[in-house]
Amino acid sequence: MMDLINHLSLGFGVAFTAQNLLYALIGCLLGTLIGVLPGLGPVTTIAMLLPATYALPPIAALIMLAGIYYGAQYGGSTTAILVNLPGEASSVVTALDGYQMAKKGRAGPALAAAGIGSFFAGSVGTLVLAAFAVPLTEVAFMFGPAEYFSLMVLGLIGAVVLASGSLLKAIAMIILGLLFGMVGTDVNSGVARYSFDIPELTDGLGFIVIAMGVFGYGEIIVNLSRPEESRELNTKKVSGLMPTAADFKAMTPAILRGTALGSSLGILPGGGALLSSFAAYTIEKKTRLKPGELPFGQGNIRGVAAPEAANNAGSQTSFIPLLTLGIPPNAVMALMVGAMTIHNIQPGPQVMTSNPELFWGLIASMWIGNLMLVILNLPLVGVWIKLLSVPYRWMFPAIVLFCAVGVYSTNNNTFDIWTTGLFGVVGYLFVKLGCEPAPLLLGLILGPMMEENLRRSMLLSRGDWSVFVTRPISAGLLAAAVVLLLIVLSPSVKKKREEAFVED
Amino acid sequence: MAIKSQQNLVAGLMFSVTGAAFALGAREYDMGTAGRMGPGYFPLVLGVILAVLGILIAFQSFGSQRRESEDIGDIAWRPLCFIIGANLIFGLLLGGLPSVGIPAMGLIVAIVGLTFVAMLASEFCIKRAVILSAILAVGSYFVFVKMLGLTFQVWPWFVGA
Repeated sequence: MMDLINHLSLGFGVAFTAQNLLYALIGCLLGTLIGVLPGLGPVTTIAMLLPATYALPPIAALIMLAGIYYGAQYGGSTTAILVNLPGEASSVVTALDGYQMAKKGRAGPALAAAGIGSFFAGSVGTLVLAAFAVPLTEVAFMFGPAEYFSLMVLGLIGAVVLASGSLLKAIAMIILGLLFGMVGTDVNSGVARYSFDIPELTDGLGFIVIAMGVFGYGEIIVNLSRPEESRELNTKKVSGLMPTAADFKAMTPAILRGTALGSSLGILPGGGALLSSFAAYTIEKKTRLKPGELPFGQGNIRGVAAPEAANNAGSQTSFIPLLTLGIPPNAVMALMVGAMTIHNIQPGPQVMTSNPELFWGLIASMWIGNLMLVILNLPLVGVWIKLLSVPYRWMFPAIVLFCAVGVYSTNNNTFDIWTTGLFGVVGYLFVKLGCEPAPLLLGLILGPMMEENLRRSMLLSRGDWSVFVTRPISAGLLAAAVVLLLIVLSPSVKKKREEAFVED
Repeated sequence: MAIKSQQNLVAGLMFSVTGAAFALGAREYDMGTAGRMGPGYFPLVLGVILAVLGILIAFQSFGSQRRESEDIGDIAWRPLCFIIGANLIFGLLLGGLPSVGIPAMGLIVAIVGLTFVAMLASEFCIKRAVILSAILAVGSYFVFVKMLGLTFQVWPWFVGA
């Protein structure tokens, strides 16, 4: 306990410098902005901004990027409530009841419920992160290569099981990502694999190139191929922010449930904001309605508070596997790995001991960022709404430009621009074929790590494959992966899962 | 047998072909043994798994009930060509192509080129394109070059450095 306080005070000392506060603020503002704008997600934004963080000190860069991630959750909920347009996938469920509340003139309480829920959950998530970091890091030091390999298998399986859509296709996308990760020079033998004698390819396919092409350009093309959505602006004045006493009574348990659920789901591989908010809404829907309470889907405040709390808690705790084990649980965290490597920080258990300021500073900055978001968001609602009325045809050339500039400035090399163009076409193809691209990015990041750990464990075991099941921790992790797969493949769950992702 | 899901059929074929290509490519590299894996080992295994998964996915696409939601549908050629084209023109103008003797025109020209080509992807309006490219060029110059200090060739090659 004393340790926790010491660590947090170290962190707040780092986070409370003028420079880091400024970058936290910039990150939060940018995050809210992209959360508000539909058609621009956190993955694309973080990838676009990575090169811009070269010049910053590592801690400032990570603080800003983290701010973008959780800021996006706040922004996404604002537009979900006011205009029924979830800016972020994790706010889809918030729109169900939030927009109904806004239509009944209760936009204020809905926004407040989302804000309060998010802030409370964010604070708890930060504490969970701080408390779990030390013990989990100790566990991580007991891990050998076999355990790491099994953990990555579990992580990748978890990522597809919890995602939406076809399971087989998601697994295939992961394998494809792992294969893309093989391009470039093999560290053990020095052989340049799949490089076709192109010198730029011996460094491997940059994940910025793939992220921008597949997520950035792919998304723009898809957005443009649809007719522009009519945006029903709820311009009724947002008056009376404060929820009533009855609202508070209804939303408090919902926030607590959402927070607990989000904090635990966030830690799971493949978890994070999206899954947490869906699960929280489903659970609220299952609880019995009190007399006089509005049914879900007609403006029940619990339907706003719980998923908002859950998605924010989940986005905080999804940093745990990244910071303690060095394994990214979702696509955004995969980009954070990239950000850390750009600044010569190897993500993993050693970060806490070798860079304590960075580690605790980042954690503390998340709490500060959440506070900023609550304070900023409510008064700025009007500004965000104005932004929504900017038509997409004004916005997309700027997005194309930021992608192109971001890609070019990573290596100052036009070769990356050509490959990004290629992956833009590939990204559009994925969308057309109904293949979710996020697992690909995860595979791309994990590919080289997985191969390295596989090789090392097989070397240590002298070619005996049973090493993965005879070492207890490794066996446990693999068993968990198998159980996950079996659960999803069992007919009843499979049906439920399809329903859940269609219905909500 | 009828095709239930066009998406799955094509996706399955795509995965199979890609997996097979990676697996065949891996044979060029040393396999090694399980205890001492060469650079070809892991990619070969992955390539084979991907090819098998692709076949399974393709088989799933057969069935009597056609799912309309899984039709591939029309390809949006216009945004596809112009967005990717905007990206390529940006690279071409920014860095040139020394191998075929195209000189570098620098960042400002590249931004204007990108904006005009990108705007062709949706309804084109010359006035809007001019305004937007001016805003983007000036904005990028200040943000990327002045504030963030990214290194770009800003002006064309004939404007003295």
